[in-house]
Amino acid sequence: MIWNETIECMSRDEMRKLQGIRLRRVVEHVYHNTPFYRKKMQEMGITPDDIQTIDDIVKLPFTVKQDLRDNYPFDLMAAPMSEIVRLHASSGTTGKPIVVGYTRKDLSVWNEVVARCLTAVGVTKQDLVQVAYGYGLFTGGLGLHGGVETIGGTVIPMSSGNTQKQIQLMHDFGAKVLACTPSYALFLGETIKDSGIPREDFQLKIGIFGAEPWTENMRKEIEESLGIKAYDIYGLTEIIGPGVGGECECQRGTHLWEDHFFPEIVDPVTLLPVDPGQQGELVFTTLTKEGMPMIRYRTRDLTSLNYEKCLCGRTTVRMSRILGRSDDMLIIRGVNVFPSQVESVILELPEFEPHYLILVDRVNNTDTFQIHVEVRAEFYSDEMNKMLELKKKIAARMQSVIGLQPDVKLVEPRSIERSMGKAKRVIDNRKLV
Amino acid sequence: MLIKQLSIFLENKKGRFTEVAKLMGEANINLTAFTVAENSDFGILRLIVSDVEKAIGILKEQRYAVTVTDVVCLRCPNVPGSLAKIMEIITEAGIFVEYMYAFSQGEDANIVIRPDNLDRCVEVLKENKLVLLAASDLYKL
Repeated sequence: MIWNETIECMSRDEMRKLQGIRLRRVVEHVYHNTPFYRKKMQEMGITPDDIQTIDDIVKLPFTVKQDLRDNYPFDLMAAPMSEIVRLHASSGTTGKPIVVGYTRKDLSVWNEVVARCLTAVGVTKQDLVQVAYGYGLFTGGLGLHGGVETIGGTVIPMSSGNTQKQIQLMHDFGAKVLACTPSYALFLGETIKDSGIPREDFQLKIGIFGAEPWTENMRKEIEESLGIKAYDIYGLTEIIGPGVGGECECQRGTHLWEDHFFPEIVDPVTLLPVDPGQQGELVFTTLTKEGMPMIRYRTRDLTSLNYEKCLCGRTTVRMSRILGRSDDMLIIRGVNVFPSQVESVILELPEFEPHYLILVDRVNNTDTFQIHVEVRAEFYSDEMNKMLELKKKIAARMQSVIGLQPDVKLVEPRSIERSMGKAKRVIDNRKLV
Repeated sequence: MLIKQLSIFLENKKGRFTEVAKLMGEANINLTAFTVAENSDFGILRLIVSDVEKAIGILKEQRYAVTVTDVVCLRCPNVPGSLAKIMEIITEAGIFVEYMYAFSQGEDANIVIRPDNLDRCVEVLKENKLVLLAASDLYKL
């Protein structure tokens, strides 16, 4: 099913025309209402008149996360505070958090795009949707919440945590859809198994997962563990929150709602657009936002775009799975390591649980690279050799995929912390000067 | 003539074995024999206990990784040369020992063996008139 067929199935030409019109409007809007953007454009010697079609977007300056911090809290708002009806903020693990503001119209755009994501994976107004993303400053909970209400479904606003109750209500209410982070979905799967309630007593069929990068192997793991179809929902606070894009039932890439958020892929070093289909850094320009528009915002997410029409009938551009946030990339002994690569190795080996921890440190001027994993119950052995074989197996596989051999530590069942929200899977203790 | 041995995966962390011993003690389960195989980050604790089912139930509930393995236990005189004789029999029968451990008590010695071929091992030991212990014999010790 398609929520907004006119837009989601629009011809490429019409889409580009619409994007051009909207880009002109948003550039005009920020030029006159946000000193930060006006100053940047003036420095580059451009005015809103230089933006005529969507192709002119490359003339515009980039925006980075630091710009949001430098303008904390409200200096990037392009609407007066009297028009801002909601604030959200990102957790901000380093330094100041980033704050975003929404006008009433921004919220309705957000509801619309989340409604598209939900409809694209088969959620209807008949369905109960358990929202187990955190509610509050984090965009996950309220973002999904608004989308479910928009399509007329029934929201169960659980927020994250309280896992026993999640399962009880999921069972008693007959929730058909679960929305949370993929790592929490795994934990819920484990807890359902422990609860002893038979799977067939649950109505759960669809999972909508996002807010952290996840791999194709993780999808398989979740689908098997919860007995559902698992779909990606993509978003980031700076752009609007969850719903910047979402997968359809074909599971062949994440459709980006490009009538509102214009995506580009650039080379992260040269910042020049890459050839179509090539991998690079994803950059977004919000085409309709009023409260806090973003011009060419560098997401740090590495991916590629596919403009072919999807089997579902949608013509909107599809993004391939995020390889990793360039911020997340670890450089260990000179080798680039993405946590997603480590994850995909662990998940392809049946002997291990899908939970892991990467520990990096520096001892005697050499980087250490350790991975903690749990062995699945059926693969424990009374023989030391067999247990050591497990360690060797995973280390050898890492060597061939990443080019770096980790020190693998087998840890006791359930000793790796289970996450209720965004999982913390990397601990880097190196003190870099 | 096979005995059920519990094997528990334990990280090399302070107090892990203490916890297991405590859990068994509180449940009134006796540890008849045990051995630990270890490397730098984990150990495998192998236990023979007085109530296997109860012990498994408790350990699983506490989320220990516990597996059950059949082992052979035999009794021989606690005198020089008796172990050599047994080992010779096993070796000549082409049986490979994964691991073994022993404890002695007065005039008797008890040997726990995990062979690669259980049935063949039992057969050979019986042919040679060695005394195999049943679970019930062990728990009386």
